Amino acid sequence: MIRLAPNGARVDPGTFLLGIFRGRDRKWWFLSVAMWGGHKMGSSGSRFLGGLRSGFRGAQACCPRLTTSQAVYSKNQLSWTLRIKPRVFSEYRIMWFKSRSMTFAYLSKMKSYRLPWTRLYGTSQTTVDSSEVKTFLALAHRWWDEEGVYAPLHSMNDLRVPFIRDNLLKTIVNHQPGKPLSGMKILDVGCGGGLLTEPLGRLGASVTGIDPVDENIKTAQHHKSFDPVLDKRIEYRACSLEEIVEETAETFDAVIASEVVEHVIDLETFIQCCCQVLKPGGSLFITTINKTQLSYALGIVFAEQIAGIVPKGTHTWEKFVSPEKLESILESNGLSVLTVAGMVYNPFSGYWHWSENTSLNYAAHAVKSSVQEHVVPAKFALKGETEELRAEASHNSGVREELKR
Amino acid sequence: MAAWLAGSRWGAAPAAARRDLLVSCRRWAGTSADTVYDVVVSGGGLVGAAMACALGYDTHFCDKKVLLLEAGPKKVLGKLPETYSNRVSSISPGSATLLSSFGAWDHICNMRYRAFRRMQVWDGCSEALIMFDKDNLDDMGYVVENDVVLHALTRQLEAVSDRVTVLYRSKAVGYTWPYPFSMADSSPWVHITLGDGSTLQTKLLIGADGHNSGVRQAAGIQNVSWNYDQSAVVATLHLSEATENNVAWQRFLPSGPIALLPLSDTLSSLVWSTSHEHAAELVSMDEEKFVDAINSAFWSDANHTDFIDSAGSMLQYAVAFLKPTKASARQLPPSVARVDAKSRVLFPLGLGHAVEYVRPRLALIGDAAHRVHPLAGQGVNMGFGDISSLVHHLSTAAFNGRDLGSMSHLTSYETDRQRHNTALLAATDLLKRLYSTRATPLVLLRTWGLQATNAVSPLKEQIMAFASK
Repeated sequence: MIRLAPNGARVDPGTFLLGIFRGRDRKWWFLSVAMWGGHKMGSSGSRFLGGLRSGFRGAQACCPRLTTSQAVYSKNQLSWTLRIKPRVFSEYRIMWFKSRSMTFAYLSKMKSYRLPWTRLYGTSQTTVDSSEVKTFLALAHRWWDEEGVYAPLHSMNDLRVPFIRDNLLKTIVNHQPGKPLSGMKILDVGCGGGLLTEPLGRLGASVTGIDPVDENIKTAQHHKSFDPVLDKRIEYRACSLEEIVEETAETFDAVIASEVVEHVIDLETFIQCCCQVLKPGGSLFITTINKTQLSYALGIVFAEQIAGIVPKGTHTWEKFVSPEKLESILESNGLSVLTVAGMVYNPFSGYWHWSENTSLNYAAHAVKSSVQEHVVPAKFALKGETEELRAEASHNSGVREELKR
Repeated sequence: MAAWLAGSRWGAAPAAARRDLLVSCRRWAGTSADTVYDVVVSGGGLVGAAMACALGYDTHFCDKKVLLLEAGPKKVLGKLPETYSNRVSSISPGSATLLSSFGAWDHICNMRYRAFRRMQVWDGCSEALIMFDKDNLDDMGYVVENDVVLHALTRQLEAVSDRVTVLYRSKAVGYTWPYPFSMADSSPWVHITLGDGSTLQTKLLIGADGHNSGVRQAAGIQNVSWNYDQSAVVATLHLSEATENNVAWQRFLPSGPIALLPLSDTLSSLVWSTSHEHAAELVSMDEEKFVDAINSAFWSDANHTDFIDSAGSMLQYAVAFLKPTKASARQLPPSVARVDAKSRVLFPLGLGHAVEYVRPRLALIGDAAHRVHPLAGQGVNMGFGDISSLVHHLSTAAFNGRDLGSMSHLTSYETDRQRHNTALLAATDLLKRLYSTRATPLVLLRTWGLQATNAVSPLKEQIMAFASK
């Protein structure tokens, strides 16, 4: 990784110092190449600091081969171009950058550089992005380390599980004290290693977890196999949502897509499939990241590149979904949105908090309408029905209707 | 000293990685044919049995399997013996609330207990004293025999036997700890090997096996401990005349504190901490001399010096001048007539504090985590406080579907309790050392200190509140 840092940041033993120069802003900057070996294990707090330090661990380090190196000096502008041939996809990338002033101009360049072998399947039936699959493949064994790479996701359970549990309990009349969700069938889309699936299983629900990455399902299966109670309640399948839509139409009381919609190719299709597998009156829970300047700055630049809270390459800013867009897609598919709540992660303490502000992460709860509702046509003669529809329309913010009396 | 006693884990997980490396190295790659319990409590004493009870009666633990391992035989629940046992505990109101939360307190009330409303603590070397009581003369605490508490707990455990299994005469001989995170083919649970060779698996092991905790040693948790040069003598005493007997008395002698706790109108329990030689002497001397020794310990002014007396009364005048309210004159405890035969026992005293209360899938409660001098009557109350905190955290974790052995809520329990226990341990140790001396400067310091504390009611209320949690 090529790092440009102001003097004052620590240089760790794994970096090779390439040059020190004084920029136009009269600050001293130094340029280094860091050998990035593996992901450190430690708490999120120490990892956050560790991300700033970026040590190298020999365990999995692949040496980058410096194929070309050119330096061009000019009086006003200093630009280095260094191409590193990547070995492990998620650790290195091709980067070009220029250093001139305080604004990190190279960041905007990075946005448009994606890895050469990424091909987006534009016209396929699937919502699965194969580049995303590759990202997660590299980290398939790290899921259950509570203080490792996925620590923020473990910690997010403190918010997501009560959110799901409490909203589902509102629909259950008499719940058993030890197993509040017993009798509910839940589908966890993009379950990964089963981080969210297992708590829901412990609360008594019958959960089906699906994930397109085989390794993730293997990890999840292996982890639940030790607990006889969970073994019976949870079922894992390595497939995508589209593949099971026909056989599981209208069978689930709840569908959960947590930290998934920012990884799918076609959000519209995905939501339609979710809706199809839900029973009428069933709940859809989504947690994802908003598409704002702040989420770019904090979620991608800070969290991935600087602090190492999220593994590099996990997220692509273009795929983030704003709550308004999500709501409109949900409403247009017959799901009425009941709650949208913001979530904020504190990297120092490692805890998540609910927030009024949805500009970073947020959670949404939508319910499939119990009566089969199709999109309402504009012309309607009967008075009584228009009033009923007006009441419905007031829920559907995305549906603009002009009702004629 | 408090810094030595405090755990290294106030800031959560950076130490966790280091701690994982300290975990003992016996690994298990065996079959999973054994039952997997959700919680196993090792040790069926007051604190262990109460923990198992509290979990059994918790609403969010309806679905979970709890096991209590007790090395001793099951006590047959017959009639209560006429004679009082010589091992008693002072139960604080907070502990009483915990016991009533799972219905054990009702059994205790139906058997026998004694409430005390006032506590007088005074110095052997001066006139200084401190009197604790609640404004409306509410109960400050309860003196209950340990056997009575255990009897009540056993009855409650029997009532919830579908959720809590109790194995008597089972001593755990070996523990096998899991890897830090799940690796191929290794069981993530704690494996316990019992004396008869059978094994159990559990998601969370709670160590409640006393101050020589086997669980704590097996886990390799460092224990800061030292032995006091004192032993405690306990006995059941008959008072000369029947009195209302709702006051707890404690006098700090240079050799150690002597305390009288009310058991009934005519009976009181003695706890006398003194040097090893004197304690051995007290236990072996004949009854008359023993009774005389007790009476003179409470009444004699042999250790008073004129200097301290005048210094003390000087401060007393000043206090009376500034705050002319009720003057607490020193009252004398009731005199002792007889001692119950065969009720004199002695046991050594020490201090202990585990540096860490929790490890992945392990938690320590009660004396396994901390051992204290009986002068403040806090030993078992700290254990009950541990239970309240741990059950609260486990209950929330169970309702959130969390893995019970996960460090996130275990560290919250540890932080919670270490803060409270370290302070109390340090204060008790300080008091013990402060009152063990006859040196004039220290006597002067503690005389004035005690009188000043007695004069400041908010301070007294704070102390009582802290101790009765």
